[in-house]
Amino acid sequence: MSIQSTISIKNTTKIFNQGSSNEVVALKDINLEIKPHEFVSLIGPSGCGKSTLLRLVADLIVPTVGEITVNGKSARRARVEQDYGFVFQAATLYDWRTVTKNVQLPLELMGYSREERKHKAQEMLELVELGDFGNHYPWQLSGGMQQRVSIARSLAFDPPILLMDEPFGALDEMTRERMNLELQNIWDRTDTTILFVTHSIPEAVFLSSRVVMLSPRPGRIAEIVDVDLPMPRINEAREDPHYFELVNHLRDTLRKIEGEDG
Amino acid sequence: MRESSSAAGRKFIRQTFSLILILTMIAVVWEGVKLIGGDPWWPDSNPFGLEYKPPFRWKFASDLNLPHLWDIFGTFSQPARRNGPPLIEILVSAAFFTFREAVVGFAGGTLLGLSLGTLFAHIKIMEKGCMPYVVASQTVPILAIAPMVIIWLRAGWVSVAVISAYLTFFPVTINTLRGLQSPDPLAVDLLESYAASKWQILWKLRFPAALPYIFTALKVSATASIVGAIIGELPSGIRDGLGGAILNFNQYYISGPGRLWATILISAAVGILFFILIALAEWLVLRKRFRPVETV
Repeated sequence: MSIQSTISIKNTTKIFNQGSSNEVVALKDINLEIKPHEFVSLIGPSGCGKSTLLRLVADLIVPTVGEITVNGKSARRARVEQDYGFVFQAATLYDWRTVTKNVQLPLELMGYSREERKHKAQEMLELVELGDFGNHYPWQLSGGMQQRVSIARSLAFDPPILLMDEPFGALDEMTRERMNLELQNIWDRTDTTILFVTHSIPEAVFLSSRVVMLSPRPGRIAEIVDVDLPMPRINEAREDPHYFELVNHLRDTLRKIEGEDG
Repeated sequence: MRESSSAAGRKFIRQTFSLILILTMIAVVWEGVKLIGGDPWWPDSNPFGLEYKPPFRWKFASDLNLPHLWDIFGTFSQPARRNGPPLIEILVSAAFFTFREAVVGFAGGTLLGLSLGTLFAHIKIMEKGCMPYVVASQTVPILAIAPMVIIWLRAGWVSVAVISAYLTFFPVTINTLRGLQSPDPLAVDLLESYAASKWQILWKLRFPAALPYIFTALKVSATASIVGAIIGELPSGIRDGLGGAILNFNQYYISGPGRLWATILISAAVGILFFILIALAEWLVLRKRFRPVETV
């Protein structure tokens, strides 16, 4: 027996609208093991099922075939027992709540005391460098700040796993690079395991310990690349020749996949 | 935050100003029409002591059909009956009476609408099965329903409140349903990812998200509930409310047209007042969600 996987995906297939004329095989025979404190990125052309895979792990949808275990339990139990925090493409902050109340939302649901909630929310906001913005409303913040609040919210209850669905997709390049550094930093300081969906190859290489490339229709794992760049990564890592090598290699793979597909 | 409150102040001033402007324009047109085609003025019948003959004589602009504004406002201070209290006193107490019936009906209708909307949002079959009846209920004229309700429940303020509720619950049902369904799917997924219960999703997300929709319905319902109460009073023989006053002054219209107009004015004022109260509550509850349209 090897070390126990944090996330284990076995022979998993997901078919949408099964049996109807618009049946789509989103994922086919996926096998993936993610070890504790790994940072794994899922990339691939749009429609390859990377978000679907993430939502399967989160038990927001259920697989048609296959078995997914998270922290050694079924995906469903892991969701009920709050083993993961999910960061969506949009910040999904509730605009009737202040920033701190938004961060406290999961804690309210999980029955933390008022004192604990306040303390925890402040700690998380400081982690994403928004300590002074607790009493602001979401509409008073920029897009990047909103997404940082959403990350603070997902970390508030110390989940051992973080599932992130293109969290920085809507941000401008500058903000995105800064957010990458911050996420890198958070990951480095905590022992969180992260499964990260992105459509940006440089982002995936910069952040991850492993990059999983999916091919579309049906979604399969095309290639898994270990990113053996030194940790923690700072901006200089982006100028490392090996970084370029990996980015170029993944780009070639992606081009090949898209060539076959189109 | 400061800017938004001063912007709200400016908005309030602008709205008040435009309200005054519109009221003035209505008054000018009203008296203008009478100046061109109304009845002749006699020195003892107008506050200016003037004698004047308009160039035309339009029937609709006669003193009977379209009384002078000063005659309408003049009736407020005159007694409606010999040796009775001034009309304004009668109308104010009638307005309170009707307002009370309307508030009870409004509360009942709101409660019913919120419950139905919530039920429909959660049970698709209920929405599919019941919505047509809810819609159909509103196509039956209230004037036909009102006598029936009074037969069922006997004449009294309860039956009036029920009629008022009948007009209230529909917009609240529709908008509650729409509002509860309004959250972004991702916002729902977020709570699902916390394994939140249906009840928690309703309370933490769907209901707060529905509030702006619900308040829009409440503003419509507030005025409708007053209309419902007035109409409900008509066949029930209740004399203490505005409906009774309208019926009464309608009978004696020939001898004093101003009194009916004055009653209509007060009825409108009650509706507007109720609307403003709800708008105020809306502002109190939703002001924090203020979104600047332009940021300079």
